[in-house]
Amino acid sequence: MSIKVGIPRGMFYFDYYFLWKNFFNNLGVDVITSPKTNKDILNKGVELCVDEACLPIKIYHGHVDYLKDKVDYIFIPKMTSIHKKEYCCPKHIGLPDMIKNNIRNLPPLIDTEINLKKSHKNIKSSVFHIGKHFKKNSKTIAEAFQKAYRQYQEYIEMTTSKIIPIDINTKYKELSYITNVKKENYGRRIMVLGHSYNIYDYYINMDLISKLNKRRFDVVTAEMVKENRSREYAARLPKRMFWTHGQRIVGSAFALIEEKSISGIVYVSAFGCGLDSVLIDLIERKAKENRIPFTLLTLDEQTGEAGINTRVEAFIDMLEWRNRDEIDLSTHG
Amino acid sequence: MKLTFPHMGNVYIAAKAFFEELGQEVIPPPRNSKKTLEIGTKYAQETICLPLKIMIGNFVESIERGADTILLTGSCGPCRFGYYSVLENNILKDMGYRVRFIVLDPIGEGVDKLKKNVYQLFNAQNIKDVLEAAKIGWQLIKKADYITDLSNRKRAYAINSYEVDLIMDNYFKEVEKTFGAKEMMELMDSTIDKLNRVKIKQNFSPIRIGLIGEIYTVIEPFVNLELERKLGHMGVLVEKSLTPTIWVEHHVKAFPFGSKLERLKHELAKPYLKTAVGGHGLETVGSAIYYAQKGFDGAIQLLPLNCMPEIVAKSILPNVSKDYSFPIMTLIIDEMTGEAGYMTRIEAFMDLIKRKRRTVANG
Ligand code: SF4
Ligand code: SF4
Repeated sequence: MSIKVGIPRGMFYFDYYFLWKNFFNNLGVDVITSPKTNKDILNKGVELCVDEACLPIKIYHGHVDYLKDKVDYIFIPKMTSIHKKEYCCPKHIGLPDMIKNNIRNLPPLIDTEINLKKSHKNIKSSVFHIGKHFKKNSKTIAEAFQKAYRQYQEYIEMTTSKIIPIDINTKYKELSYITNVKKENYGRRIMVLGHSYNIYDYYINMDLISKLNKRRFDVVTAEMVKENRSREYAARLPKRMFWTHGQRIVGSAFALIEEKSISGIVYVSAFGCGLDSVLIDLIERKAKENRIPFTLLTLDEQTGEAGINTRVEAFIDMLEWRNRDEIDLSTHG
Repeated sequence: MKLTFPHMGNVYIAAKAFFEELGQEVIPPPRNSKKTLEIGTKYAQETICLPLKIMIGNFVESIERGADTILLTGSCGPCRFGYYSVLENNILKDMGYRVRFIVLDPIGEGVDKLKKNVYQLFNAQNIKDVLEAAKIGWQLIKKADYITDLSNRKRAYAINSYEVDLIMDNYFKEVEKTFGAKEMMELMDSTIDKLNRVKIKQNFSPIRIGLIGEIYTVIEPFVNLELERKLGHMGVLVEKSLTPTIWVEHHVKAFPFGSKLERLKHELAKPYLKTAVGGHGLETVGSAIYYAQKGFDGAIQLLPLNCMPEIVAKSILPNVSKDYSFPIMTLIIDEMTGEAGYMTRIEAFMDLIKRKRRTVANG
């Protein structure tokens, strides 16, 4: 029987699942994920985690707890930095430590630090550190990673390109959370912004994407804007944005605001998110300058769906009215 | 250039004298008050952490007194503090103020920029001037910290602890009337003299508490609702894990390796928290263990609402507390924190510690 590694379906799962899974598989290791977030996972997470933490961190605790008796290892990398001179959120950095201190009877964690702050080359040692649990030969490990990384790049290319390959849903079945977002049907779109785990975990945001689709809006997310483009726009900030996720979120928002290709912005934020308190301010200002409507959905474990529905409906009603007015104006003027 | 800076405990005392000595016009913000906090809460975004709100209050109050340049130390992640200057600039612009920010970012962001800023601030022509000036500044900071620490010690041991408050309040009042380093040093020396003359209890071993947590809330008494004084009046000896002296020793004097004390704390924290997490999260965990090992009776963690690194630390402290059987309490602080509930929690914690002392003594 091969070794089983658990990957909790939360936090960075939504960015790197594809890369990690292929890497482990290439090493001959089975990957088990927790199910999509549900009430039990949420409740368990809330019970295990400190009150003050944000919702996605709590939920992540629930996912880890689900996996802990079912696998040989759990993979919770310490995400310190994923780009030169940049950082992740302090809670991303402390995540494996929080988990270890909050949950009892865990299987061994693979909590390798990913720290590319000084150099992107540092990924090599992290990869070996992870791979060494399963294979002795460095070359085998390197190859397993390179192969996974190529596949991952294809996938990134796919999420950021306009054309959707026909076989997308068969090839990337597990990734339906993002491929669903990519559908284009209505010729007008709303940008949904926030951390990937708040956007693609449909339980967290109560399936916001479908709500928008139902009102005949397509959705665009930060992940769908090419990285170099986001970076170019983020570089216009008065101070270097030192969070990689900040680069992505602010940069992509600035890009689409300035090209005026979106009808509005819905920002999904976990209550108490430290990064968002900064990012939202920067984006809201830019949206205002360019007369792009902006609304904020703040989520915690007590948020009710009714409240979210009302907010979303009101926002879309406003967009519809605005559209109509603008058409009126142009026919008269 | 009329220079101001945010309040951070006693730093303004050293900074005022220092920059006056260098020939800068300095307008320190009035001491933190309810009004400061009100201004900050009104104009800063609701979701930002507390230090920024108070700083906005400081800036507005200073600008109203004529300041036109704001001095800040910077950082470049991973915590929010690194982006404070941009947010603050935006907020002040919204309010219609035009001011200049001088942000001293770490060397990694470009030596030239830091050099330019420092030379301008220090009115320096060359590196010798800079070092000369830095020496004075360092003496002032150390002495200001010494006074704070001495007053805390005296308060715990004093027969009449309010005598210490009287001396300190008088000191703060006089600070505003001094000009330059020499006058400030004189004032400091006479204050030390007075503190040393306070009558103290004999054969008394006070409860010892370490104050740990986010640096700003530890250092700035207004923000932690004068926790040092409160504990002092209860006969508790308080030691702070972070002071301006400790900060300078770690970040400036021992650059880039870090000071011995901080490195020790990092080592202590390792079994619980493998790496730094921004802010002072790692130091918080390390300090808790440090105080436990030094035989303190307990520690109080100060956590500004939603402070990311301190939330990580808070997850870990229960295990430290258990392993060292060392009581630790967390106080969460925001603009709504009320005096009454706060006092109740502190008193309950002290009761717990006293009970523990008794059982240890009897058992
Ligand atoms: S970025 Fe925000 S939501 Fe994500 S872990 Fe940090 S505080 Fe929580
Ligand atoms: S350490 Fe805490 S209080 Fe300081 S900037 Fe970071 S989140 Fe805010």
